[in-house]
Amino acid sequence: MITPASLTELCDAVLSAPRVLAVGAQTKPRLCKVDAVKISTLGLRGITEYEPSEFTFTALAGTSLSEIIATLAQSGQYLPFDPMLVDAGSTLGGVVASGLSGPGRFRFGGVRDFILGVRFVDGLGRLLRMGGKVVKNAAGFDLPKFFTGSLGRFGVLGEITFKVFPRPPSTLTLQVTADARTMIAAARSRWELDALDVLPDSNHLVMRLAGPDSALRAIAREILGKFPGEIISNDCWASLREFRWAHPNGVLLKAAITPDQIGSLLSTRCHISAGGNVAFISLSSATELESIHFDALTLRGDAPLWIGQRQRPAIEAAVKEALDPQNRFPSLDD
Amino acid sequence: MAVAALERLAALLPSERLLRRPVELAAYESDGLTAFRTRPLAVAIPDSVDEVIALVRLCHALKLPFVARGSGTSLSGGSLPIKEGIVIALNRLNRILKLDPEGRIAVVEPGVVNAHVTLAAAPYGLHYAPDPSSQSICTLGGNVAFNSGGAHCLKYGMTSNHVLGIKAVLASGEVVEWGGASRERNGPDWCGLFTGNEGLFGIALEITLQLLPKAECFHTVLAGYRTLEQAGDAVSSVIACGLLPGAIEIMDALALEAAKAAVHAEYPPGCEAVLIVELEGPREVVALERERLDGILAASQPIEMRPARDADERFAIWKGRKSAFSAVGRLSPDFIVQDGVVPRRKLGEALRRIAEMSRETGLRVANVFHAGDGNLHPLILFDGRKHGALERAESLAGRILKMCIEMGGSITGEHGIGVEKRDFLASMFTADEIDCMQRLRAAFDPLGIANPGKMFPGKEAPALQHPGLHPLERAGVISRG
Repeated sequence: MITPASLTELCDAVLSAPRVLAVGAQTKPRLCKVDAVKISTLGLRGITEYEPSEFTFTALAGTSLSEIIATLAQSGQYLPFDPMLVDAGSTLGGVVASGLSGPGRFRFGGVRDFILGVRFVDGLGRLLRMGGKVVKNAAGFDLPKFFTGSLGRFGVLGEITFKVFPRPPSTLTLQVTADARTMIAAARSRWELDALDVLPDSNHLVMRLAGPDSALRAIAREILGKFPGEIISNDCWASLREFRWAHPNGVLLKAAITPDQIGSLLSTRCHISAGGNVAFISLSSATELESIHFDALTLRGDAPLWIGQRQRPAIEAAVKEALDPQNRFPSLDD
Repeated sequence: MAVAALERLAALLPSERLLRRPVELAAYESDGLTAFRTRPLAVAIPDSVDEVIALVRLCHALKLPFVARGSGTSLSGGSLPIKEGIVIALNRLNRILKLDPEGRIAVVEPGVVNAHVTLAAAPYGLHYAPDPSSQSICTLGGNVAFNSGGAHCLKYGMTSNHVLGIKAVLASGEVVEWGGASRERNGPDWCGLFTGNEGLFGIALEITLQLLPKAECFHTVLAGYRTLEQAGDAVSSVIACGLLPGAIEIMDALALEAAKAAVHAEYPPGCEAVLIVELEGPREVVALERERLDGILAASQPIEMRPARDADERFAIWKGRKSAFSAVGRLSPDFIVQDGVVPRRKLGEALRRIAEMSRETGLRVANVFHAGDGNLHPLILFDGRKHGALERAESLAGRILKMCIEMGGSITGEHGIGVEKRDFLASMFTADEIDCMQRLRAAFDPLGIANPGKMFPGKEAPALQHPGLHPLERAGVISRG
C-alpha cells in the first residue's frame, strides 16, 4: 500500500508499479478486491475550497464524508443524494468511484448529478482537471460523470468538486403499509417526496418529506388519510444508509431496477430505494446467488464483481486505451 | 471523391431525401450562430434509425465528414456544416417512442422537439425539466449533444441530469446502448460522457429521459430595480436565506427594451434591471416560502414587485424572458451571444467589467442571464455591414470569456464550445488536458469524421464568413420574431 500525501505524490504512485488501484476506506471491499498495488487516498484529506454562497465545495479524494457533511451543515447545506456508509468511513473518492447514492437520490438525483469537476491522474501519470468548479459548465467532455461508478479502473481521483443545496429546514418520515402500486403513484404525486423506499424485511413504504415543518405536517396528514401508517423517527434512514439491516458477513449487491420489478423482489432480503429504481440485496452467502435474476454489482462478500450480464461494447476498451494506454489500472473485468 | 461519395449516398436514400442543389442546401449553411457559413456537399435526411446507422457507417467507410443536425439552433456553431462533408438532418426521426407515466420516463428519437416531450407528458402530471430558451424548436438530439441548459438548472440541472439511457451510433460505426429505464446504473456513466460530446462521438438514436412531477404550485415574482447591482444584491440575499428557487433570472435595461419591442412585455417604469424569481412545489410549501421570498425581495428596495397572480401572468413573465435573445434582433442588425459562467458572488463585478468593455469598444451589450447559476449571457450588438464590426464584436466576446476564466468560471455554461469558442479551450484547459480529450475523441472517432472543426482549437478552421443574416433571412424566407 502506497499512501501519497500530495497530488504530486499521487502521480508518482500511479507510475510506481505496473498495476495500481486507488482505495479509500474500503467500505465496499469487493470493488477493490483485485490484484494490484493499492494506493491509499487517506493521506489526501481536507476540504480545499468551500464558498457556501456558490453552492459548491472542492475536497481531496480521501476526505471522509462525515467531515464534509459536518462542514456543510455548519452553513445549512447538504449533499442531497444521501451518501451511503458515512459512519463506516466512506471517502469522497470512494463515493464517486462506486457511484453509490442513498435514498435522497430520489428527489434531485444521485452522485452523478452533483459532481461538477475532478482532478485525476490518468494512466500516464498526468494530473488532469476535467469539468469545472462552478455549478454550471459545458466546456469539454464530461469525464467527471464518466468516473462516477467507474470503480477506479480508468483513472485515480485526486480532488473533486461538488454542487450542494441548502438543507431543508425540517424532515419528516412516514411509514405506511402499501404495495408497489402505491409506491408508483406516490412517486408522481403532488407531495414531492424527498425519499421513497421499501424497508427491508417488511411491506412498509417509508416516505421522507423535506421542507418547512408546518407544511410537512399538513402533507403528512393527507398521506396518512390515504394509507394506513404513522410518523416515525428519522433514525431509520441512518440504518439504511449504513446497511445495518444486511447480513454482516454475507454478499451485498446493488441492482438498478425499475418500479415494475419491485414485485419480483418481495421474497428477497433487500432495501428498495429511490422510488423503486435501486435495490440493495443482501444474501447470507454466495450460494444464494442463483436466486438473483437481476444484473447487479457486488459491493461486499465473496461473489463475482458483476452478477448477470454486463455489456462490453468495443468503445469500452477504446476509452480504456485512451485514458490508460499501459493498463496500469485493472479493467472492469479484473 | 465527392462524386463517388454522392453516388454511394444516392444508393442509400431516395433523391428527395438527399439534397444536393445549392437552393436546397442554403437552409443548412448556418445555424444559430449566423456569423459562420459553410455549404456542405449534401444534406442527407434519413427517416429511420437504420438509415442513420447506414449513413454513419458509409461515412466511416468513405472517410466522409458528417455533421448531425436537428433544428440548427446551436448558438456556438455546433451544427455548422463541413465543406467536404454531409449534414445528417434528423428532423424526420421525431417520434416519441414511449411515454411511461408509471416509470416516469419518455423514450424519444433525436429529432423530437424539446417542448413536445413536456406536452406529451402533461396529461400525466409530468414534465421534462430542461427548458432552453429555444425549447419550442430545438431537438433532443441537439440537447444531448450540447448538454443544453435553460432557466431551471439551479434546481434541476442540465440535460445530462435527465438522460437515463442512450442508444447511439458512434463515429466508428459501432452501435451502443447505455442505461435505460432505471434512474440508477452500475459501472461507468457512459450516458454522462456522451452527453455534451458536441457531435464528436456519434449520433444519439434513442434517448431515454426522466420525467418529473409537474410542480403543483408556482410563485413567480418579477421585481424591477433602479440598478443592475441592486438586482444582483437581491440574488445574493435570496441565495443566502436558504431557499432553493426553481429559477433566478436577470434582464438588464437593453434586454428589457428588446423584450418590450418584440413581445410587448411590460416592465415597471424606470427600472434598469428586472429580477425574476420562481418558487415551486406543493402548495403548503410554496405558501410558506413565498412569504419569506417576498419579504427578502421587499427589503432589497425594488421599484416595484409584481408577483404573477395566475398562470397567464406567469406565462407572460417567461415569454418576455425567453424571447429576449431573438428580440435583441430588433435593436441591432446583428448580435452574438456568449454564455460564460462566473462564480455567483462575482456576478456584480463581472457585469461592471462588461459594461466598461462595452463603453471602451462602443459596442452595445445586452445582458440576460441565469443569475442563480452565475451563467452570463451578454448579447453583443453590432452592424455586420460596417467594416470590421464583426471582428470587434468577436474581440469583445473573447475578452469576456477570458474574464470568466480569470474569475474561476467557465467559457460556456450551456451553449457548448462549438466552432465559436474553440480557440478559448486552451485558456481553460492545459495541453495535457486537451490531449486527454483528443484521445477520448479518437477512441470514439478514430478517423476524425464526426463534426470535425468543433470544440478543439486547430487547423480545421472554417473562415469567418461575411457577417449578416441567416441565408434564409437574407432570401426573405424567415425573419426574427
